[in-house]
Amino acid sequence: MKAKHQRLILVVIALVAIIGAGLLAAWSLRNQANYFYLPEQMAATPPEVGQAVRLGGMVQAGSIKTEADGVTVNFMVTGNTADAIPVRYSGILPDLFVENSGVVAEGSLGPNGVFMATNLLAKHDENYVPKELEGMGTQQAAKMAADTTVGLD
Amino acid sequence: MIAEIGLAALWLAAALAVLQMVSGAFALKAAEGEVNPLAIYARPAAVVQAFLAVLAFALLLWAFAITDLSIKLVASNSHSMKPLVYKLTGTWGNHEGSMLLWVGVLAASGGLLAAFERRLPERTMGATLAVQGFVALGFYAFLLLSSNPFERLPVPAMEGTGLNPLLQDIGLAIHPPTLYAGYVGLSVAFSLAMGALLTNQVNPAFARVLRPWVLGAWVLLTFGIAAGSYWAYYELGWGGWWFWDPVENASLMPWLAATALMHSVSVLAARDALRTWTIMLGVLAFSMSMLGTFLVRSGVLTSVHAFAVDPERGAFILVLLLLYIGGAFTIFALRAGAVAEGKRFSFSSREGALVFNNVMLSAILAIVLLGTLYPLVTEAFDVRVSVGPPYFNPASAIFAVPMFLVMAVGPLLRWKEDKPARIQFEMLMLAAVLIAVIAVTAMVGDYPFLPLLGLGLAAALALASFLPLRGRKLARVPLATWGMVLAHFGVAVSLFGMACEGAFSQERLAAVAPGGTEQVGDFSFTLQSVTPVAGPNWTALEARIAVSRDGGEPVILVPQARNFWSPQQSTSESALLTRWDGQLYAVLGNQAADGRWQIRMWWKPFVTFIWYGALLISLGGILAIVGRVRVDVKRRHASEVGEERRADLAALGAAAPVPAE
Repeated sequence: MKAKHQRLILVVIALVAIIGAGLLAAWSLRNQANYFYLPEQMAATPPEVGQAVRLGGMVQAGSIKTEADGVTVNFMVTGNTADAIPVRYSGILPDLFVENSGVVAEGSLGPNGVFMATNLLAKHDENYVPKELEGMGTQQAAKMAADTTVGLD
Repeated sequence: MIAEIGLAALWLAAALAVLQMVSGAFALKAAEGEVNPLAIYARPAAVVQAFLAVLAFALLLWAFAITDLSIKLVASNSHSMKPLVYKLTGTWGNHEGSMLLWVGVLAASGGLLAAFERRLPERTMGATLAVQGFVALGFYAFLLLSSNPFERLPVPAMEGTGLNPLLQDIGLAIHPPTLYAGYVGLSVAFSLAMGALLTNQVNPAFARVLRPWVLGAWVLLTFGIAAGSYWAYYELGWGGWWFWDPVENASLMPWLAATALMHSVSVLAARDALRTWTIMLGVLAFSMSMLGTFLVRSGVLTSVHAFAVDPERGAFILVLLLLYIGGAFTIFALRAGAVAEGKRFSFSSREGALVFNNVMLSAILAIVLLGTLYPLVTEAFDVRVSVGPPYFNPASAIFAVPMFLVMAVGPLLRWKEDKPARIQFEMLMLAAVLIAVIAVTAMVGDYPFLPLLGLGLAAALALASFLPLRGRKLARVPLATWGMVLAHFGVAVSLFGMACEGAFSQERLAAVAPGGTEQVGDFSFTLQSVTPVAGPNWTALEARIAVSRDGGEPVILVPQARNFWSPQQSTSESALLTRWDGQLYAVLGNQAADGRWQIRMWWKPFVTFIWYGALLISLGGILAIVGRVRVDVKRRHASEVGEERRADLAALGAAAPVPAE
């Protein structure tokens, strides 16, 4: 094998691997990226059952109910319309998780239409706010731009 | 006065960076073997600059230590009531201070290089110092023009506003400085690579100069990432050790590139192959450090690390990033063709295995890079996504698994050319171990696939890492080889910890009334009481939980829910019980309406092995540096002795003997 050839083959192998990685990344990002939904979007075009997504909105007043085990809470998340999505979460609540305040729930939609949250992000402190909740006051309804679309397509 | 002296030192250092750049560039004009009269200033400029930048940082440290509230940075990030150690670590717990630390380390490593590196030709050294000066100049400009750490307040503040409580932790004392030193060590690797490329000196001698810098940077990065991971593990109270958070990825990407670079430098030093590839990795590694700095420091990410949410600064770093990376790749594209072909090798050889894993590391780097940037790109189109473990874990595993397999057999292969049949016994043995471990574990219980694979790979790798020592006299094995063995074994240990954490973790989340008992794994825990306690700048609720394993002697764990009052913030202080075979992790939550307390407990078998493994990897790197440097010093001493002897002989008028190579 000529020296030039070997260098060429190496470059080709490296390129193939990197491009392969890129394609793989592009393909799985489309499938695995965690999209952000507002309640009304989730009501209109629900994501597939079990697909990891995030739901952001306001915790509806009077909707927080703790179950008898003391660690599972159920509450409703509302957005700009009357649509409300029931959320179920087992775990330690963030400190600033209160009614009428913003929350982002990570998790997936269950078969019964209840959003099963695995993690809740609430406003943490002045400096560390989940990006989706930036600029959201407590009285203000979930005034996140309606053009935060659901999917890429 | 402190602030003014510090600022003056920074301006002077910036001026010296210009001198270093210009003087270094003149070295390129000199003919082979001659010294340009204007090129002699580069080295002293780098050394004095290092002194000044370190002085500036020391002065800022001093200002934080005495809480000089007339300095804006101190007033907005410190508090007189804070413990002294957190006053000091708070120096780099903010944007300006951390950038000054970055610049200080950059200048210090440039100074070290200028003062002690004598092996390279003067032209290459000049070019290297010019590039180093150019890089430093950008960061001086950034500090002085947009993030002056020494800015005074018109009226001194009465009291400081304090430091983010999450950052008031000993983890902060270790994690950022080591990580920065690692990032910046890669800047030296970058400058050396550019210097060698510009003067066409890409050869084994250059690789031997480059190697300790790459190794050092890589050790520091490894250690810094491990420290950061442990900090996130116990401080955030989420029980996880890696979140694929963009900021974590920002530190992982340079590490991946540095790992690839370190191995390719070894090939260049030992075999004179992979010349252009090494240079490219040098550029890539530093680009990734720059990108990491941009992601973390520009405020495009929301995170505990993003101190500066200031578009002007973000734009500034972006311009620097484009300038350096764009410039470097342009020079690379123009000059790479002039680099002569290195030595050849067959695909089944040690070089071949190293190249394969280099490519795999680069592919993982591409996966992580795209996953990290994707949310930023879609946000520009107003689509908000986040990318997490469901993407990163499988996508990176696709390339990591073949990499681990090749890593097991690579060191057993010979340089240049080898027959795989020669090591078929070893390969069969490793395959048997791999399959046996997976089969046995899969029979015992129902575990997820990736952790299962990880367990098998960890076992095979642990065995494989010691195989290179087989049949050798242990006392005569070079230190650098021991370093490799240890580091590869550390990878196996880490992988074992990760796999165990993924497969065997047990969790219990319960609301417990005082006196109540719950069970997690082999442990039963009883909530004894929850009482208020106070610290220097916080108050907290502290739970006393008695934990006993299989009914043994109970141990008290005290997780806290802390409230800091300056700035106002609450954090959860987890409590850890470390045993040789794992850790029990306890978090205290809220009180339910009926008076019960939420408690979350994890039993994480062998989770500590993740960080033990990282320590072994770092230690392996340190052994390799010590071994290499010792050999270099010996070689230098031997050649000096040889020179003297030849000079003596020449003085005697005898015929000079031909030196044995």
